[in-house]
Amino acid sequence: MTEHEPELHNVAPGEPHDNMLTETLSYVIGLGLALLLTGISFWVASTGTLWGPGVATGLVVLAIAQMGVHLVFFLHITSGPDNTNNVLALAFGVLIVFLVMIGTIVIMAHMNANMSPMPELMNLQMQKG
Amino acid sequence: MTTASEAPAVGLTHQGSEDTGLGHRGPASKSIVVPYGFWLFILSDMVLFSALFASYATLVHATDGGPATNQLFDRELVAVETLALLSSSFVCGLAMIAAKRKNMQLTQVWLLLTGLTGLVFLGIELFEFGKMIGEGAGPQRSAFLSSFFTLVGCHGAHVTAGLLWLGTMMAQIWAKGFRQDIIRRLLCFSVFWHALDIIWVAIFTIVYLIGTLP
Repeated sequence: MTEHEPELHNVAPGEPHDNMLTETLSYVIGLGLALLLTGISFWVASTGTLWGPGVATGLVVLAIAQMGVHLVFFLHITSGPDNTNNVLALAFGVLIVFLVMIGTIVIMAHMNANMSPMPELMNLQMQKG
Repeated sequence: MTTASEAPAVGLTHQGSEDTGLGHRGPASKSIVVPYGFWLFILSDMVLFSALFASYATLVHATDGGPATNQLFDRELVAVETLALLSSSFVCGLAMIAAKRKNMQLTQVWLLLTGLTGLVFLGIELFEFGKMIGEGAGPQRSAFLSSFFTLVGCHGAHVTAGLLWLGTMMAQIWAKGFRQDIIRRLLCFSVFWHALDIIWVAIFTIVYLIGTLP
């Protein structure tokens, strides 16, 4: 296995290959990065030293970063040519996920804001009846 | 190989072209098609979860005078849950590396560890659910709690299904050895298991951490 050593430098991170040691190392790096990002997330949420209103946004950014780590090091989604189909499918999936989530949240927030208060509505119906 | 008779294809049609859309070597092999099809299923599952996340985000303040996110969630418990699921995902990767080299003992040991850490995760989640329902914060209390139990419970149901699948795979590897089709199933299982970890990252951030911010 050692005679393939020079080729290893051409392998994208997380891409499966034949050397057991470096393959394991890819998972170890992934675990390390995921633990680091999880730790930062829990620390950011508990500490009071950061500017409060920005914490939620920071947490979402950390979560997206950790999802990226999982995709590359655990699921082996890479930029390699044999991975193009998977990446394109992922891109479409991410598009739909964001459309559903952001679309729902924006529309429901608007409808909540425009909804007339409940007691007045009840009164109106009572008067008509 | 390319001949002059091969007319350029217009749009998605292959009119006037010999091209079947399968390439010159025929359809791709099963080792490519099966994981790709399963990857599409995983992505559709993520779309399902995005709808649950959207309903949770919409209903999170609809507590109907009942308990809100701040009073319900325990961060230490969630941290242990997260660690359990993350290590489960990692050990599952090690099992795949061992399975690729047809190492029976190591594969079974790693898969068993995957299952045990998965069980730890599930146990903590069920304990949390039981505690909440015991406190009168069950899914019928408010719209917020309904959406919470739907979202987190759906993830828990996936983990349960994954554990059953894992047991099946361990038995199949034991009985049938590292056949080509068994390895493909194991690969699909590992994709499923890693994807559940990705969804959990979104859950612990959006539901538990942002929910318990001061």
